[in-house]
Amino acid sequence: MTDKLLQITNLDIVLPEGSERDLAVKNLNIDLSPGETLCIVGESGSGKSLTARALMGLLPAPHVRVEKGTIFFCGEDLTKTSEPRMRQIRGSEISMVFQEPMTALNPVMTIGVQIDEVFRYHADMSKSERRRRAIELLEDVQLPDPKQIVAAYPHELSGGQRQRAMIAMALALEPKILIADEPTTALDVTTQAQILKLISEMQAVHKSGVLFITHDFGVVADIADRVVVMQYGNVVETGTVDKVLNKPEHPYTKAVIASVPSLVPRAPRSRSDQVVLSGDKIQKKFGGGKSLFGLGKPNRFVHAVKDVTLDLRRGETLGVVGESGSGKSTLARCIIRLLDSDSGNIMLDEVDIRALNRAEMRPLRTKIQMVFQDPFASLNPRIKVGQIISQGPIIQGQSKENSETRARELLDIVGLDERAFNRYPHEFSGGQRQRIGIARALALDPEILVADEPVSALDVSIQAQILELLDQIRESMNLSMVFITHDLRVAAQVCDRLAVMRYGEIVETGATGKIFENPQHSYTKDLLAAVPGQKWDRKVAG
Amino acid sequence: MNRSSKILRYVSRRLIQGIPIILAIVVLNFFLLNLAEGDAVDVLAGEAGSATPEYMEEMRKKFGLDKPLAVQLAVYLKNVIQLDLGYSFRHDMQVTELIIDRFWPTLILMVSTILLAVGFGILLGLFAAINLNTWKDSVVSVFALITYATPLFWVGLMMIILFSIKNDWFPTSGMENSAMFYEGFERVKDIAHHLVLPTITLSLFYLALYTRMMRASMLEQYGQDYVITARAKGVSERRITFVHVLRNALLPVVTMAGVQVGALIGGSVIVESVFAWPGLGMLAFESLFARDLNLLLGIFLLSSALVVAVNLVVDVVYCFLDPRIEVN
Repeated sequence: MTDKLLQITNLDIVLPEGSERDLAVKNLNIDLSPGETLCIVGESGSGKSLTARALMGLLPAPHVRVEKGTIFFCGEDLTKTSEPRMRQIRGSEISMVFQEPMTALNPVMTIGVQIDEVFRYHADMSKSERRRRAIELLEDVQLPDPKQIVAAYPHELSGGQRQRAMIAMALALEPKILIADEPTTALDVTTQAQILKLISEMQAVHKSGVLFITHDFGVVADIADRVVVMQYGNVVETGTVDKVLNKPEHPYTKAVIASVPSLVPRAPRSRSDQVVLSGDKIQKKFGGGKSLFGLGKPNRFVHAVKDVTLDLRRGETLGVVGESGSGKSTLARCIIRLLDSDSGNIMLDEVDIRALNRAEMRPLRTKIQMVFQDPFASLNPRIKVGQIISQGPIIQGQSKENSETRARELLDIVGLDERAFNRYPHEFSGGQRQRIGIARALALDPEILVADEPVSALDVSIQAQILELLDQIRESMNLSMVFITHDLRVAAQVCDRLAVMRYGEIVETGATGKIFENPQHSYTKDLLAAVPGQKWDRKVAG
Repeated sequence: MNRSSKILRYVSRRLIQGIPIILAIVVLNFFLLNLAEGDAVDVLAGEAGSATPEYMEEMRKKFGLDKPLAVQLAVYLKNVIQLDLGYSFRHDMQVTELIIDRFWPTLILMVSTILLAVGFGILLGLFAAINLNTWKDSVVSVFALITYATPLFWVGLMMIILFSIKNDWFPTSGMENSAMFYEGFERVKDIAHHLVLPTITLSLFYLALYTRMMRASMLEQYGQDYVITARAKGVSERRITFVHVLRNALLPVVTMAGVQVGALIGGSVIVESVFAWPGLGMLAFESLFARDLNLLLGIFLLSSALVVAVNLVVDVVYCFLDPRIEVN
């Protein structure tokens, strides 16, 4: 016991009355040794984040609280510790890195001041010494030009830089335990790889125990020593990373691991000769307007899509992959004419839809439809599901009865109960909403589906179901699909061909298998190298 | 380019942009006011009682009211550009002189009202948010609700009854006791004494608004992720409230305060009437009924310039409060 940093025994955390379940976390037992990385993995709502909060004494009291159990940290029971003592521990002995580096930093305070607070509250140092230490820390986390970053505000840094600054803050006083709550979920893969590397380097230097919370099994495979799998507040499986990932015992663990998309691309299919959609030199710039009355310099502009040329054949899925800001969503919106591109042409069945006005475009809208990323924001909360689905056909001039009959059929096709017809979107879970979104897109019998990150907001098991559904639909309706994603694992399983985008340009296109096997462009190589869990994948693939 | 010179450039550009905006407002106001039936001559003639049509025609000629509207506008604009706001026949004075004379009382009342309303609103909202869901919070909320719902003129009258008539603490009306011929500091004291009741009356309504807004804003900010980060660093609750949350919570309140300065000029008409405060609101009210268009246009011009200026000040203040806003 004495060599353990942390020993949690029989921990119960209660949720407020009227919640989905009574206990957020039920009978939790975990421990952590110095220098060890323990991953808590689970899907959303599994109680993993609340466990971390409980450790820090930061549960959203009074509604959510520790009901019973003990959390021993170096011989001290944190469930019984006074608030002043807890405040001493927080930030100096146990510290935490959060998921969203933009919102987790105070937008109106400089990075320097926010790091300085840690020293102010925990260490007796002069102002100049604190500043010197802050700069050292920023150097340690490999931020460029620390002297400038000390005086910078969070919005002036990129996501990865902000997360580095967060880590600097968390490691300021060499804590015994570092809790990382999905620290890389909001970051691009290449940045994620760097942050993961940084955390393990820091851990090696400081010998801290790391409690790493994530939903991503690839990340787990790369960094964990031991793994705790949680579901609905219960620990379903614990063990070494090798045991849990390669010889899972609990059915839930097995199922979740099975739904992690493999990095080995699926077998290629033969390509049709019929081009259904082609784009030639599509350009889109944002901003660049002059200020009022044309005074002053023109504003900055962003070249979101640069000379993009692509073609989509019948029945094919073209994946557009790239990191945030690469212009992939803008491209999708240009293709479907939600945005007007500046130049180029977009040929849909021999018609250049770029040149069409709103009214001319309307009849063509039946041919090309979109599935959106966020299943929560993309459905109007005040309109019933049936109306959401049947609205499209009605606008296109079909009768109300026909459209509604079709809507009911579609609900069945996407695997929802017919009763969903008269319900509102908020009554459904994320995965179910995405099914509604797909049914809505299908209501017009499109030939082409543009899917913009349709599964990135979903848990991995739900994600597998939605991908399977899209696959079935594509087969049965002979749909062609443009599939936008940042996740190369998903791309490997869904797409026949890939277009890799960076800074608005397509840097490489080709068959998925070819690109995975033999990437040509250096950026594609970097992207592929950064995907977490590759060693594990190779092992599974044998 | 460094920040301060950037801000300087921004301010000068905004000032230049303000000129066409104000001119556009002048033109708009000119046509709007001319839509109303009757003119100054009708009113003057009506008051005199026995004016012949010939005499009225002669007066119109004298005032320049017989010319086509476009010509009148052109003449007016030409004068405005030369900073000549024309002549008020009603008051027999230069409009500029008249307005400046009445501007200071309004400015004093406005500034003190804004300071009182925003200052106390922020304090009360902060107090309520810190003591969330306790009796202190409820007292503040009920106070805010009552003051928000009470009509201004009634508050003014009750103030006079309570503090001037029943208890002779404050004067009932006016801005200063001119019969005393106070000089220097004595005069300032006298004006401040007269200022108390109108300021409290006018600020009560806005005070309620800012209190509620500040409370909501504080609560919203308490829910933000950076608060958890600060707690996870071991920062004291005191510092979280007064350093982390307060500064973020102030942003919407400052925006609102800027927008409302314009509305205050309108709202002050009632208070100025109740307390016989010799300000612009009263003047505007009187000149509207006298169809004294020159004077009215002058007042509107001044208020629009004031609104443009206040908006600019708010934007600059905002730049300092919120580093995310870039002057551009």
